[in-house]
Amino acid sequence: MSDRRGGTAAVIERCLAEGRPALIAYLPVGYPTVEGSLEAMRAVVEEGADIVEVGVPYSDPVMDGPVIQAAASTALARGVRVDHIFDAVAAVRDAGATPVVMSYWNLVLRRGVDRFAADLAAAGGAGLITPDLIPEEAGDWIRASDAYGLDRIFLVAPSSTRERLVAVAAACRGFVYTASTMGVTGVRSEVGSSAADLVARLRQVTDVPACVGLGVSNGDQAAAVGATADGVIVGSALVRALTADLAEGGEQTGELRPGLETLRSVTADLADGVRRARSGAN
Amino acid sequence: MSETRVPGRFGQFGGRYVPEALIPALEELDEARLKAAVDEDFAAELARLHRTYTGRPSIITEVPRFAEHCGGVRVILKREDLNHTGSHKINNVLAQALLTVRMGKKRVIAETGAGQHGVATATAAALLGLDCTIYMGKVDTERQALNVARMKMLGAEVVAVEHGSATLKDAINEALRDWVTNVETTHYLIGTVTGPHPFPEMVRDFHRIIGEEAREQVEDLTGSLPDAVIACVGGGSNAMGIFHAFVPDEGVRLIGIEAGGEGIDSGRHAARFAGASPGVLHGAMSYLMQDDDGQTIESHSISAGLDYPSVGPEHSFLRDSGRAEYRYATDTDVMAAFELLCRTEGIIPALESAHALAGAIEVGREIAAEVGPEKAGEHVLLVNLSGRGDKDMHTAAAYFGLLPEEKEQALEELEEDEL
Ligand SMILES: Cc1ncc(COP(=O)(O)O)c(C=O)c1O
Repeated sequence: MSDRRGGTAAVIERCLAEGRPALIAYLPVGYPTVEGSLEAMRAVVEEGADIVEVGVPYSDPVMDGPVIQAAASTALARGVRVDHIFDAVAAVRDAGATPVVMSYWNLVLRRGVDRFAADLAAAGGAGLITPDLIPEEAGDWIRASDAYGLDRIFLVAPSSTRERLVAVAAACRGFVYTASTMGVTGVRSEVGSSAADLVARLRQVTDVPACVGLGVSNGDQAAAVGATADGVIVGSALVRALTADLAEGGEQTGELRPGLETLRSVTADLADGVRRARSGAN
Repeated sequence: MSETRVPGRFGQFGGRYVPEALIPALEELDEARLKAAVDEDFAAELARLHRTYTGRPSIITEVPRFAEHCGGVRVILKREDLNHTGSHKINNVLAQALLTVRMGKKRVIAETGAGQHGVATATAAALLGLDCTIYMGKVDTERQALNVARMKMLGAEVVAVEHGSATLKDAINEALRDWVTNVETTHYLIGTVTGPHPFPEMVRDFHRIIGEEAREQVEDLTGSLPDAVIACVGGGSNAMGIFHAFVPDEGVRLIGIEAGGEGIDSGRHAARFAGASPGVLHGAMSYLMQDDDGQTIESHSISAGLDYPSVGPEHSFLRDSGRAEYRYATDTDVMAAFELLCRTEGIIPALESAHALAGAIEVGREIAAEVGPEKAGEHVLLVNLSGRGDKDMHTAAAYFGLLPEEKEQALEELEEDEL
């Protein structure tokens, strides 16, 4: 396990030392506006997110369900640019949490893998989650992440064979993004047992932390998933909450109600959930 | 020369840029198709279907009255329009559907633009008893309404995709989301030479029968190989299918025609090789219409089947290596070529294929200008007529004003009721 200062593994270790998994909050930059998204990121940090996944809106997000798709297209229509993610990364750092970026690969490729890595490191980013990049295609990114000291977070899924788990975990630094189910991001009423199975299979082949995402939407689910996972990743539920915090007419203007009450209460519930995960109450 | 150096790579193009969740399915598919490639039973079953169901070999037709407008060179059409379901798409579909059965999967999904690939997939699903869901952009369900009705008649579920540009690329996004969710039971029957490895290579191999037949047929007819082989390029499957057998014949020009839409300067086109740069979309590295950030730029074409912002990776390789050349035809050129083939030869082409015809007019005239009119007749163009135009009559009728306003309105309403 890497304990580089500023990296995600160090954060997760600290949380585990407190007897709980880390809470990882996903929010897309630019939704509902660039300023609004930074405000939302600060709010989730204040309510207990340990790591913030700064999402980059993309025109063709094949790993995302309807909630995040809609947020991404709104953000793009309002003019969000890749440059804005570095502002968001810096804002998360300033707020006291650890930022990682989640980006579809073409956006990184277009900027230039090395330049992207340099900008991310300069802004204080801990690393990058790449939902549509497998280690075999990642030669340039592996070199750049080594050069700039960034975490690289690849994904595994319930369909992954043991050989794939070994190969992917070996390429990861920070944590392994463990998809709870086969499918895309979205709010699910149940997170099935496949997440726990996959975490158990990962444990047999690696000691890189396993953080589970896809479908977690409330404190009880976070507690259940967090019983075995080293971190719990929540996305769509937060985006949905943020949408509920839009001011009157905010669908058009992107204006948020002061306080972001819904987002704060959903995040607080999740933060409570990860604190109950290993208390024996489950 | 088309040999891949790294598995799944054509030079720097191709690869597998997909969610990890799909990797086992791609490996299973790769294994199944490599096994099938050396399996005599598979070859025999596919050949039987092509002979008794598709109607292969497809014929070639020389079109002298059309050729008069091509500077007087000889023009020969490869008649993929005469295949069952009306286009080349069935070649690949039947083969992948047989693989689906072999892999023990019970459901196929597919994207479709013009609807031809969707119709072919729905057809194969009916034939082999598979469940079938087709994803189609909302805009395309409207301009290709007749094909939507055909797919439904064949028992397929058709999902109209409303987000993004509501065309082919968005249909692929939605099909990929379905696949990630249902990959255990479902095969994604990709309809062109794009997508993650092994699709570009596999789909090409299932279409290369077009070029293998045509090469022999043209040699029989003319005593030699053609000067040039011309095909339209959407994702690029009909073009790769007819090009492949000619790649080693260095003397034969390979010419792909992209959709020039309303012209390159308008920005409303799908001519990827006229200015785009390499990028990743839908699992493969290839030329891609993208902005400075890497966001996909929406393409435009009068023909739904060519309306796609990227292109099969092997075309990018053939282009950069200089083996093939790529041009574009604008909507206006295309409609003129479409009308010309109807009037001079009694053949109504698909709008996609009409791009290749527009290319033939241009290339024929260039050759004639170079060698002189007396010698033009010694030169031969082989054009892939990838599909027939029945599905496009609505667009053509509107474009050429063939229907009185009220009648058109009535027809539209009738179709809406029916769907
Ligand atoms: C008749 C016909 N030709 C060509 C195409 C374009 O596809 P490709 O470039 O893969 O041949 C289509 C696609 O729908 C089609 O229907």
